[in-house]
Amino acid sequence: MVLEVRKPRPLWEILFSTHHTDVGLLYIISSFVFLFMGGALAMTIRTELLTPGPTIISDPAFFNRVFTVHGTDLLFLWLLPFAAGMGNYLIPILVKYKDMAYPRLNAVAYWMIPPGAALIWLGWADIGWYGYPPYSTIRAPGPAADMWIFGLKILGLSSILGSINFVVTILKCKHPDMSIMKLPLFVWGILTTSIMTLAALPTFTAALIMLYTDRLGVSSFFNPAMGGDPIAYQHLFWFTFHPEVYIFFMPAIGMAYDLIPKFSRKPIFSYASGVIALILLSIIGFASWAHHMLATGMTFTEKTVFMIGTLAAVPMSAMHVFNWLATSWGGRIKFAAPMKWTFGGIALFFAAGAGGVVNTALPLDFITHDSYWVVGHFHLFVMGTISFIFLGFMYYLFPLITGRMYNERLSSIHFWLMFIGAIMVFVTQHVLGLFGMPRRIYDYVSDPDLIIMNQIATTGAYLQGIGMAVFLYNMINSAVRGKPAKMEDPFEIGEVYYDHRRREPH
Amino acid sequence: MGHTIYEWVYIGVVVGILIWVGADSWLVEKHLEEIPEEATTIRVVAQQWFWTFEHPDGTKEVGELHVKAGKAYRFEVVSKDVIHSFNVPYFVMTMDAVPGRVNKIWFAPAEPGEFLIQCREYCGLLHYQMRAKLIVEA
Ligand code: HEM
Ligand SMILES: [Cu+2]
Ligand SMILES: [Cu+2]
Repeated sequence: MVLEVRKPRPLWEILFSTHHTDVGLLYIISSFVFLFMGGALAMTIRTELLTPGPTIISDPAFFNRVFTVHGTDLLFLWLLPFAAGMGNYLIPILVKYKDMAYPRLNAVAYWMIPPGAALIWLGWADIGWYGYPPYSTIRAPGPAADMWIFGLKILGLSSILGSINFVVTILKCKHPDMSIMKLPLFVWGILTTSIMTLAALPTFTAALIMLYTDRLGVSSFFNPAMGGDPIAYQHLFWFTFHPEVYIFFMPAIGMAYDLIPKFSRKPIFSYASGVIALILLSIIGFASWAHHMLATGMTFTEKTVFMIGTLAAVPMSAMHVFNWLATSWGGRIKFAAPMKWTFGGIALFFAAGAGGVVNTALPLDFITHDSYWVVGHFHLFVMGTISFIFLGFMYYLFPLITGRMYNERLSSIHFWLMFIGAIMVFVTQHVLGLFGMPRRIYDYVSDPDLIIMNQIATTGAYLQGIGMAVFLYNMINSAVRGKPAKMEDPFEIGEVYYDHRRREPH
Repeated sequence: MGHTIYEWVYIGVVVGILIWVGADSWLVEKHLEEIPEEATTIRVVAQQWFWTFEHPDGTKEVGELHVKAGKAYRFEVVSKDVIHSFNVPYFVMTMDAVPGRVNKIWFAPAEPGEFLIQCREYCGLLHYQMRAKLIVEA
């Protein structure tokens, strides 16, 4: 196996292993595979929208399937598995335990991902990543929608099993000398994420079963013709998936807390406020789900309640940002790849947060709702912020995983292509939304403003695509041929690196 | 610990801005929610993948809606099949058409002109083409 540079092991030893670094490695590799697959679909979408009218896809149904699988893939097969992989790799090391609490359960949770992913990719559904009924129940063709439902069900179970394992490992297996207020903030990030997952996901699990029985025609939870209510699904769905955005985000917050003090060579500004903000965020994240439904015909009171719930979560994110900036303030910052990505991510987070407040302000939401604005907004978060920090963390862990160093110049090219690309795509998408372009459309009105903006966005997406190709080359080439890393302190920042001897488990 | 005072000041400023944004939006929205008494009611029927407009006198229009400038209109938005969303970007009107529900929204165009009506909720194959024309007459 390429990645085991020091002592090559046969592939099946890693595949059948239950050791946390091996399972972590599998999670990380598959998450990158799905990042590239989902990215290919993104390029397809942007190319189709380069010009009005059919560009490269002649059938709108195909386009609808592309954006459905793109969204489902990147949220559930890139963000979640990557965080789980890094958690697996580092949590036992950081809490000083020999492995995860339930190593075999851990491997089972991982091995649920390939079948779930296969169902989603082979099903190739066209119901959008949130599968709203009645479209998904009465109009969407089977077996595509059924396979999507089962795929998500398996991925949800995997995520619940993984979370149980993290909670038990962190709370029960941590070294007895390590009090809970001594846990690194990365561990706190994974802990709060896992607890939120356990609280949020069962609701969606129920919703999926109801969706499926509705499709079978044995129930009518969401069918108004038979006394059901399609909006009920939206409540169940967003009760899981609004918190889910924080589930995606909190591991990245933890990673930023790990990287910034090290690369600023300064202690963290306020550990306590980091912990408090993580805990509060994980609670208040549940108070805002229905802001995705402001245009469904809610009463004024409902709209007010959810506006307040949404705004209440903002100070916690602001607190993290303050903490990061205060930590690096006046430090001797080393702008190696991990730090560059984290700072880039924070910069884009600022923009995305400001956009979020606009979405939340009631009358303004009706301009932005279901328009390209929303697409720009959440991509600034999931791509610009979360994925940026994830990629930075990947560079940071590269020496630990492979024993070699990546190429810093290539990582810099990767970063700048992605950063400029992100601004070109996502900021332009905000403006497209203000011009009234709806999301999830195969074709747009042939208006000169819309055409030029779509072309800017597509160019930005191509820059990002080139950036990711550079990244792929850098990772593979450096894993095979990179110069051996100095394992005690590979980044020469005078800080203790993780315990690399954990790489040789047996 | 003296420097944590900055953190509190900063959080205070953030909370202050949010309260201001929230209060202001609440006031504007409250104003927008009040439908004028004299508004004419038009029924907007969404279905895959076109719009039908029913005037109070019983006339129906498909794909086009004629209204008069300077008058207020109240729309009752309904759907015959899946969820759609009635959207006139120029007048910032967005209201989902949900089967089993009657959602209301209103507007009062001041100037004559022609504007785009479109669907903003993904509703299947021809969602992108579910458009109509709003014609405001003098
Ligand atoms: C922490 C990271 C965040 C992520 C990953 C995220 C993600 C998303 C996503 C995926 C959507 C699209 C929903 C859809 O499919 O229609 C969305 C919409 C929205 N977001 Fe965020 N969001 C984040 C933070 C925020 C913040 C901080 C706010 C408010 C201050 C906010 C307010 C909203 C609102 C109101 C909408 C609904 C817009 C609409 O469709 O009308 N979000 N967000
Ligand atoms: Cu529609
Ligand atoms: Cu539609």
